[in-house]
Amino acid sequence: MRFTGSEVVIKTLIDNGVDVIFGYPGGAVLPIYDAIFKQNELRHILVRHEQAAVHAAEGYARSTGKVGVVLVTSGPGATNAVTGLTDALMDSIPVVCLTGQVPTHLIGNDAFQEADTIGITRPCTKHNYLVKDVHKLSRTISEAFYVARSGRPGPVVVDLPKDVVNAETNYEKLGKIEHRSYRPVTHAEPSAVEDAVTLVESAERPIIYSGGGIINSGDRASKLLKELARVTGFPVTNTLMGLGGYPGNDPQFIGMLGMHGTFESNMAMHDCDVMIAVGARFDDRVTGRLSDFAPVAKKIQIDIDRSSINKNVFVDIPLVGDAANVLEAFLAVWKKRKSTTNKKAIENWWEQIERWRKVDCLKYENSQSTIKPQYALQRLHELTKDLDVYFTTEVGQHQMWAAQFLRFDEPHRWMTSGGLGTMGYGFPAAMGVQIAHPKSLVIDVAGEASFLMNMQELSTVTQYRLPVKVFIMNNEYMGMVRQWQEFFHGGRYAESYTDSLPDFVALAEAYGMKGLRATKPDEVDDLITEMIAHDGPVVADVMVEKMENVFPMIPAGAGHHEMKLGSDDDVAPRTEDGMVLV
Amino acid sequence: MIHGRWGIEVSGVERHTIACIVDNEFGVLARVVGLFSGRGYNIESLTVAVVDVERELSRITLVTSGTRMIIEQIKAQLGRLVPIHQVIDLTDEGPHVERELALLRVESTGEKRAESLRIAEVFGARAVDSTQESLVFEITDTTDKLDSFIDHMGPLGLIEIARTGVVAIGRGAEVP
Repeated sequence: MRFTGSEVVIKTLIDNGVDVIFGYPGGAVLPIYDAIFKQNELRHILVRHEQAAVHAAEGYARSTGKVGVVLVTSGPGATNAVTGLTDALMDSIPVVCLTGQVPTHLIGNDAFQEADTIGITRPCTKHNYLVKDVHKLSRTISEAFYVARSGRPGPVVVDLPKDVVNAETNYEKLGKIEHRSYRPVTHAEPSAVEDAVTLVESAERPIIYSGGGIINSGDRASKLLKELARVTGFPVTNTLMGLGGYPGNDPQFIGMLGMHGTFESNMAMHDCDVMIAVGARFDDRVTGRLSDFAPVAKKIQIDIDRSSINKNVFVDIPLVGDAANVLEAFLAVWKKRKSTTNKKAIENWWEQIERWRKVDCLKYENSQSTIKPQYALQRLHELTKDLDVYFTTEVGQHQMWAAQFLRFDEPHRWMTSGGLGTMGYGFPAAMGVQIAHPKSLVIDVAGEASFLMNMQELSTVTQYRLPVKVFIMNNEYMGMVRQWQEFFHGGRYAESYTDSLPDFVALAEAYGMKGLRATKPDEVDDLITEMIAHDGPVVADVMVEKMENVFPMIPAGAGHHEMKLGSDDDVAPRTEDGMVLV
Repeated sequence: MIHGRWGIEVSGVERHTIACIVDNEFGVLARVVGLFSGRGYNIESLTVAVVDVERELSRITLVTSGTRMIIEQIKAQLGRLVPIHQVIDLTDEGPHVERELALLRVESTGEKRAESLRIAEVFGARAVDSTQESLVFEITDTTDKLDSFIDHMGPLGLIEIARTGVVAIGRGAEVP
């Protein structure tokens, strides 16, 4: 049977298990939208800006483990998607983004709504394709799915000229698709696994440092990580992207690490003698000053991406492969050898960690008159911890407090923009999560400045009756910018105060949504209860303390052991180099 | 000096010749070049041509320099580009042959003409074009030899140089 390219696009998506796409129409993709109109299997969610389409697809992908799919038009449609694509690349989120393109004979002519999408998206995707032949359309899209989800996942763009989607071709459902050159390594070298076991057996001050790779690898990796922690008795710290990869309420969990991580996890990282990194890439937010990073530790790194190894930090035993496979191989050797740890040393190590824990680094001075952001999040955690809940965040102070005060017992429950740090991520991501989990509670922990960046999606949320809750920690400042200006720029708050904020309650009501506000600490519980109970979208405006700072904090350019616990400490950059760090 | 499992040292800039076997497809060279510019790596020279028409494969030969850590990163980053089949570090793999071709145009009359022809003979360069006032020399050799030949031709009326950049291939009977 003959089909148009547009019909082939839809069929191929369905054959790849896609049930929902996020998009925005335009001239170059009109034939594809016509094909969407004529069928009922594939649901399309109309966003209000293409950046939001990609973030929604990321939220969908990260909360399900499936590939998120985006459809946008040529030119501005594609360029608007670039921030989302870069975000997905940095956080290794599998996304396939179909972009419209001017007809092939006009490419290079500066045609209306033409952009060199392939050129523009080359550095912000894992891979991209321009389809020039309708007969290759189906295979190319299927290959895009293979590339997006294999190895280290990432975004893939498929650029579709209008004449190609209008042309006719045969369609046959394709079998298993692979790529002729792209074959990621999934199993580590057995000899290296043996070496890793030997090193772990001898550890006296060990730590397991796991990241987003655990979550990307899947639930099996999470389970195996728990088993590794159980058989060794080692402490576990998570990166921002890795939260939920190990249960947040487990006694062996010592909190997030890095710039705003816990005192105990950063001190343990600094003093450890054996580090097991699993699906974590030694990001600069995690390591602090490299010369002071875990100076005496022998390091094992499990990562599917060979380029993540020895990029920032030298690793003694690299194990290139999928986290679940490598952990399984490790545990098999461990059992076969009947391995044991140095119990006495590990006990001493835990005593030391407990001493650090007693510092209670997340303590803050609560107030009777103003809502402390930490308090609001503590209450949010208390009142939602037994529910089927997913959290997304925007970027800034609220994101760090959310990472500190919310606890996740399973993967896929926490969606945040870690690598790129994209303000405006959380709200559209929450829409994507809600589409994937219509019955679950989905909360976007937001700052008011971040929320402003993609609040046009209020319209989308209303249209699809998505009961997303936006929990705005409103301090009227770009809080993290203000915090850095306070610490590093003499308190000159250049352009970090947002004047003329809307009345968020009235704004919500303008969209027919519920708007709530709390200004006093004793109103917080009621607000949260009402927000959860409401069967529809809610914007909650929580007026928090304006000048609160996120602690603990590793000052820019400092090592883990130089962590500052509160405002009384000197947080100035340690070095000239520190001053230029972002 | 710190050594990792892959024998990685911190200091010392090394020059490496790396060959990549890639799909001969739209944009593949841009991916490689974009990787180098985006991540701030050096490219000293780069050549590309189809080497297998049937399987649509091209070979990119590039010469780069950096610390051992950077070289390892470059290879890992190249390796994860989707259309790259194979990354071969010829410098690490030991004995290999490196060649570069240059064309030099020289304004040359009288004594200088005789001198430039004499030097060309010493370097094994060929005169491939000649007019009353000029010569074009072709030389194929290592980069060092080319540099040296060009130095010699400088005072002898050198007008213009074209160089291909390095191509390289391993020695012996082993399939890389």
